[in-house]
Amino acid sequence: MSAAVTETPIATLTLDVNGEPVSVRAALSTTLLTTLRDELHLTAAKRGCNQGVCGACTVSIDGEPMRACLSLAQGCEGREVRTLEGLGDDPRLVALQRAFAAHAAFQCGFCTPGMLVAARALLERDADPDDAAVRAALSGNLCRCTGYARIVTAVRAAARALKEPA
Amino acid sequence: MNDRAHGAVGRAVPQVEGEEKLTGRAAYIADLDRPGMLHAAIVQSPHAHARILGYDVAAAKAVRGVRGIVTGDDLAAQDRMGAFIKDEPAFAKGVVRYVGEIVAAVAADTEAIARAAAALVRVDYEELPAVVDPAEALAPGAPLVHDDAASYVKVFDAGTGGNVCSRTEFRTGDPDAAWAQCDAIVEATYRTQAQAHLSLEPCGALAEIDAAGRVTLWSANQSVFRVQASVCESLGLPMTKLRCLTPRVGAGFGNKMEAHVQPVVVLLAIRTRRAVKLILSREEDFETVRARHPFVIRVKTGAKADGTLVAREMELLLDGGAYGDDSPGVLGYALLMQCGPYRIPHVRGHGRVAYTNKMRFGAFRGFGVPQVTFAAETQLDELAAKLGIDRLELRRRNMLHPGDPWFGGQAIRSNGLAECVDTVVRESGWSTPLPKSDDAAPGQRRLRGRGLALSAHISGLLASGAIVRLLEDGSVLLNTGAVDIGQGSNTVLTQICAEALKVPVDRVAIASPDTDGSPYNWGTTASRVTYVTGSSVVGAAAEIEKKLKQHAGEMLECAVDDLELLPGGKVAVKGVEQHAVSFADISARAHWAVGGPLIGTHSWVFDTKTFDPKRAVALGLPFAQIGIFSFSALVVEVEVDEATGGVRVVGAWSAADVGRAINPQMAAGQVEGAFVQGMGYALTEELVWDGARLANPSLMDYKIPTFAEVPETLRAFLVESDEPSGPFGAKSVGELGINGVAAAIANAVADATGVRVQQLPMTGERVLRGLLGRERA
Repeated sequence: MSAAVTETPIATLTLDVNGEPVSVRAALSTTLLTTLRDELHLTAAKRGCNQGVCGACTVSIDGEPMRACLSLAQGCEGREVRTLEGLGDDPRLVALQRAFAAHAAFQCGFCTPGMLVAARALLERDADPDDAAVRAALSGNLCRCTGYARIVTAVRAAARALKEPA
Repeated sequence: MNDRAHGAVGRAVPQVEGEEKLTGRAAYIADLDRPGMLHAAIVQSPHAHARILGYDVAAAKAVRGVRGIVTGDDLAAQDRMGAFIKDEPAFAKGVVRYVGEIVAAVAADTEAIARAAAALVRVDYEELPAVVDPAEALAPGAPLVHDDAASYVKVFDAGTGGNVCSRTEFRTGDPDAAWAQCDAIVEATYRTQAQAHLSLEPCGALAEIDAAGRVTLWSANQSVFRVQASVCESLGLPMTKLRCLTPRVGAGFGNKMEAHVQPVVVLLAIRTRRAVKLILSREEDFETVRARHPFVIRVKTGAKADGTLVAREMELLLDGGAYGDDSPGVLGYALLMQCGPYRIPHVRGHGRVAYTNKMRFGAFRGFGVPQVTFAAETQLDELAAKLGIDRLELRRRNMLHPGDPWFGGQAIRSNGLAECVDTVVRESGWSTPLPKSDDAAPGQRRLRGRGLALSAHISGLLASGAIVRLLEDGSVLLNTGAVDIGQGSNTVLTQICAEALKVPVDRVAIASPDTDGSPYNWGTTASRVTYVTGSSVVGAAAEIEKKLKQHAGEMLECAVDDLELLPGGKVAVKGVEQHAVSFADISARAHWAVGGPLIGTHSWVFDTKTFDPKRAVALGLPFAQIGIFSFSALVVEVEVDEATGGVRVVGAWSAADVGRAINPQMAAGQVEGAFVQGMGYALTEELVWDGARLANPSLMDYKIPTFAEVPETLRAFLVESDEPSGPFGAKSVGELGINGVAAAIANAVADATGVRVQQLPMTGERVLRGLLGRERA
């Protein structure tokens, strides 16, 4: 005699993830983070705290940086979900990646995908953020390695690079 | 003499894992997957101390999708692990000793099923009296955390017995007689808190068993070799039955050095014959892994009227938690570093680690030095005030100068401390007085102050090896077994290898640590990888160079002594650049015709004695061979809100004598990151227990620094004193920058307010209490 773990009803959903429609199965309580990582094997977004504090799971939903661990998969139907993997050659992301490498704005890299997604959203709405604007925009993303200063420098360097004629 | 012309060393080479980390493709333990893999969840103890009478796993087993359950009944009573004292089972066996301890684990088809089933495991306990305070644990009649701790196997003379986990005593000179020579003596007791490592990646492991019963284990770790040893000791496995590998590691500040969940995951894999992955939740990670030791520090320092330090006594009491882990090492190292980088002729240091019914405390960046530096460096400010001597002048008068030995007599061959001090004094504007406050009304002001602290750290400890292989095309494969925990050691070791062989950095690949294929490396800990492993890389590269020259001599028909390496992977006749053969030509000859594959190896163990027995007396010395000192000076500037007591660090200038910076950008990054982690330690971070239960195991309630708290000015300065024994002159950098942070901030708070906070963290509440007390006084 075996008992099943009772889960909230499982639904089959179609999500727009990184520009493609994908079919996933999710319970009411399944978070977007679990769907992305366990079902779609998109592992750039990390589970650091699973309660919306650390920011390592940050993804873009309809252009806004959001906590995938606090977003329910079923609530993402009809919305554009973009993970770091799907931002690919977006020019703002590329500029940020170059600047993060040049300024050593990461060490272990665990917070980096969330940090990049959040920083990219910042540069989309503010092409020339000052230190305070960068700190405010990223204040929900924790990093335990770098001491943060290099991340601020890198984001501002990326903003400058984007303004230079190609 | 090292040839530095080539330029792989001393350059800001970007981290070699940059591409994968910046595209989200870096694979950490939680990102790994294996065919047919099961997911596991743990069952934790609700009691601080209890006998386990039995388990009822029927309900959990009945859940569809559950594939295996392990409990303490699956462990043999004699199998225990421990770096210093073999006192810890793989997980609870017969007794639980802290709330949150792992008592059982479930493997199932999904994590959700495993967690649901774990909640159905019933454990029958008989509660026992518990002790959570270290002083109470050492009092007569206290409940014993371990029935017979004295009987455990130990790797040094630990003095274990009752609730004493270990004790250590050091002495130099004649401290008892020396107090009479002092014109001023200060004595105080300081208390420090438990700090959580908070590596952003929670701990986890994945184990898989092959048809022959051999297990492969990936885990979040700081040493594949320590993982192998701990798992094999705690499960009674021969080391040949376990291969340990590493994925990328989402930082480790000491928490991933000794075992966490690896033993339980290996046991589940053996029982289920399947691959099993277990990733702790953040809360479980807080409750079951380890944290920085709370210290009680009684310290007494005496000086002559002219400021010359004469005598120091320090007594330490460490809360060790339920198991020994690295506690004996932390105690011994803290006592070794208690004088800081100062000449003090008469010193006594003694201390004990107490077992308590709390989670184990262990290695954390600084390894006891942030605690004792907080006490000793704030006491120096008080001594300076008592003597009427400027606090900077008192330090300059007593600090170690080139040629001075470390406490206990070990010779120091490179000492850049004076340059560190000069640098931070100059850059911070130390000699320009600060306005003491802003213009707000009294009671609403922001009070300003500056603080200074000096400290040191070691670079050399235990064993390491390196294998350098020349591949068929003449490119280079480096294999050291040292785990890069994110700090950049793969990059630094690659740079050292490239420099030694005069090849571009991109011609060197670095192998991922593997207990099957890598030479032994004790671990990425104790700030040792650049110095100890880097020295192995230099040695192995030198052996390759010798072999390359033997081949080249035969190919060019000349004497080996007439040959030199040329940049870009060539061996040439000295001064005759065109008379050269490439590494590719030599390697092809070796692989296909003469001599066989080119392999260079080097292995060593750091063997400088910690103490000179003629100069120091030691009892219970956990590290007999440790040394090579790096130095640090730090200035901070703070603002204290008079209304709330809140402290904000507005500037930090941190200088590190690293011997030589192999990668200056990464070295500076270590100093900056250490500062901010130290700032959290100084001001906000504190694990709080409600009785025996951890009250704040979440990032909501445990506050680490964010972007908002980082000082406007955060500057790192590297001083290069050129350590003669180090690889290209390098010493250490990983921990150095955290050691003086709490002390410097405390000194700045006192400078701003006159309030001496002798307990960490210096929360607004504690500072405000001091401010209110000052008003009353």
